[in-house]
Amino acid sequence: MRLFNIILGVAVTGILGFFGIKEVLADPAYFFALLLGGLTRGSIYALIALGYTMVYGIIELINFAHGEIYMIGAMTALIVSTVLGLWGWNSAVIVILAFVFAIFYSCAYGFTVEKIAYKPLRTAPRLSALISAIGMSLFLQNYVMLAQTPGFLPFESLIPDFEFWEPFADIITSVEMTIIATTVIVMILLGILIKFTRIGKAMRATAQDQIMASLVGINVNRVISTTFVVGSATAAIGGVLIACHVGQINFYIGFLAGLKAFIAAVLGGIGSIPGAVLGSLVLGISESLFTGYFWSEYEDVFAFVILVIILIFRPSGILGRNETSKV
Amino acid sequence: MVTKKEIKQSFFIALWFIVLTFPIMVIKINTIKHTVLFRWGNILWVGIAGFGASLVWNYFLRMKEEKKKTGVKDDIPVVHRLLQNEKFRNPFLAAVGVFFLAYPFIFPMYHTSIMITALVYVMLGLGLNIVVGLAGLLDLGYVAFYAVGAYAYALLNLHYGLSFWVVLPISAMLGAICGTMLGYPVLKLKGDYLAIVTLGFGEIIRIILENWDSFSNGPRGIPNIPAPSFFGYQFEQHASVVYIYFIVIALVLLTIFFVNRLENSRIGRAWIALRDDEIACQAMGIDKVKTKLTAFALGATWAALGGVVFAAKTSYINPMSFTIWESITILCVVVIGGMGSAIGVIAGALVLILVPEYLRAMAEYRMLVFGALQVIVMVFKPEGLIKSVRKTYKFEKVKE
Repeated sequence: MRLFNIILGVAVTGILGFFGIKEVLADPAYFFALLLGGLTRGSIYALIALGYTMVYGIIELINFAHGEIYMIGAMTALIVSTVLGLWGWNSAVIVILAFVFAIFYSCAYGFTVEKIAYKPLRTAPRLSALISAIGMSLFLQNYVMLAQTPGFLPFESLIPDFEFWEPFADIITSVEMTIIATTVIVMILLGILIKFTRIGKAMRATAQDQIMASLVGINVNRVISTTFVVGSATAAIGGVLIACHVGQINFYIGFLAGLKAFIAAVLGGIGSIPGAVLGSLVLGISESLFTGYFWSEYEDVFAFVILVIILIFRPSGILGRNETSKV
Repeated sequence: MVTKKEIKQSFFIALWFIVLTFPIMVIKINTIKHTVLFRWGNILWVGIAGFGASLVWNYFLRMKEEKKKTGVKDDIPVVHRLLQNEKFRNPFLAAVGVFFLAYPFIFPMYHTSIMITALVYVMLGLGLNIVVGLAGLLDLGYVAFYAVGAYAYALLNLHYGLSFWVVLPISAMLGAICGTMLGYPVLKLKGDYLAIVTLGFGEIIRIILENWDSFSNGPRGIPNIPAPSFFGYQFEQHASVVYIYFIVIALVLLTIFFVNRLENSRIGRAWIALRDDEIACQAMGIDKVKTKLTAFALGATWAALGGVVFAAKTSYINPMSFTIWESITILCVVVIGGMGSAIGVIAGALVLILVPEYLRAMAEYRMLVFGALQVIVMVFKPEGLIKSVRKTYKFEKVKE
């Protein structure tokens, strides 16, 4: 069976590779444009997927409301920037304040959602927490829809066209560059937070074993709250950036983005942070290439097909540990 | 009852909610006209609602904790206890029977129509209960089989003129085949990996139906699906709804009968064993592959049957009826009703489908309330409204 898998894998890669190279050589510029588009898309997925994977790593819950946190981040940024814009503030100040408020409010919502909908369900069956998360997601979507508007709101890009980026603007716009750069910075910061700080250590301990962690004096509730806050912050950054990229938002953007990010997280092996990043990039780039070379209407199908294929060969994702369960 | 400390706490929680909801509740922007509207009045409402909700929430949470501490061990739900009571059981079932038989003649057609939808969800819920509740396989793409059933009827009728009664068994078979086809590649996957792959499967089916124009007529859907006939006799519109109502009642009874028998059969016990511990289950000599595949296949069968009825009832289907939200609703029916418990699932379906329908009066708020209700039910009743009770044998002392 294993040998068969390997042979099949090599054969498929070979065939795809052969045709792929032919296509790429025919028009390299088009290929690189698609690749960069995919990289941007993958970066955004990664920013959202991180929240999923961190929460999952700690309490094994698919946080369905995570996409909504991301939407609230984008919404808040839009509201703040519009109000300050009307008051005639300096545009640089507006950008900074919009980001600060978006991050603050996303974190606050992430924190509150955890306290209301997940904390009382720590010991309950896992599916109950999942339904509670779905309910929360539905609630937040409708809350934003009723309080603001059901239609699309145009989102004027907060990120200006940098002058120093002028020479490269043909290849990659400054918004895309900002997205990729921000993602890289966030990844590095997050890596440092988890690897080297005290709270990061506590997070890893809690992820391994909650009861043991609490026995050695870790405040598990606080660690879980911190995880939600950190995850929400990255989602907020992702939300603001994608809104700048796409140019419009509504109350429903969180759902599909959340779904894609969740696929990416699972693809990389849920619970693993490098896995989430890798999964997001794989998903983003392959989606972009697929829509560029084949049919764009089957874009979402393709995301799921990749997922199914990878999970069939690696049942716990690309970087996920293949746990053997013991009795 | 309510201490000073709690009032103080609730006050701060209310303040927190005011801060939290400030940008979204108070400020309303109009990006086209570039105007900003400040709705200061909302602060007051959020404050009052936050304060009240926090008091009530904490009170009930404390009650729940205390109940857990006093440790009432066998808190069998009232419904189960009543149903075990012979004296009560038969009159109760008779009353329910009479109610459902008389329903379409007492209430106007609109209500009958809603009830049909709810009953279709009872079928779907019971089917998904096999997969999720009994076998413990989290399936988020259940709606795909529902779509298979609905499209099977619509397309077979359109192209070959097959009638409702011919398609019913065919679609059940199709459902079972699709269930097995989905089940086979995902045998190795567990928990959330399984959930996301099944979700993907559901979405794939929907997107294909939406884009493959020559096959499924794309997003325009298929109109003019005939209602079922009675030995070749076609009812006029009103009678036809009543007729479908009775078909659904019959199908639901059939489902309840089957599920009940399955639950206590060899295969049903194998599912429960597989859910509780996969390794121990295999050690007992249960064929894992076969057990999982039958769960998927049988679950899908009911979904396909439900789909046929749905298509016959609405007489028009398009892919929009089969989105992921539909899968989620069915999953909510199972979990909120009480996983693994047939009565719970029936109650869950009736509550979850009928409540939003009757909430239509407050149209735009209904999904908001629905979402909040899901959270509330899960927090206070994590095992569902009517939780399942395993069959136990008790030895009673022989009276001398």
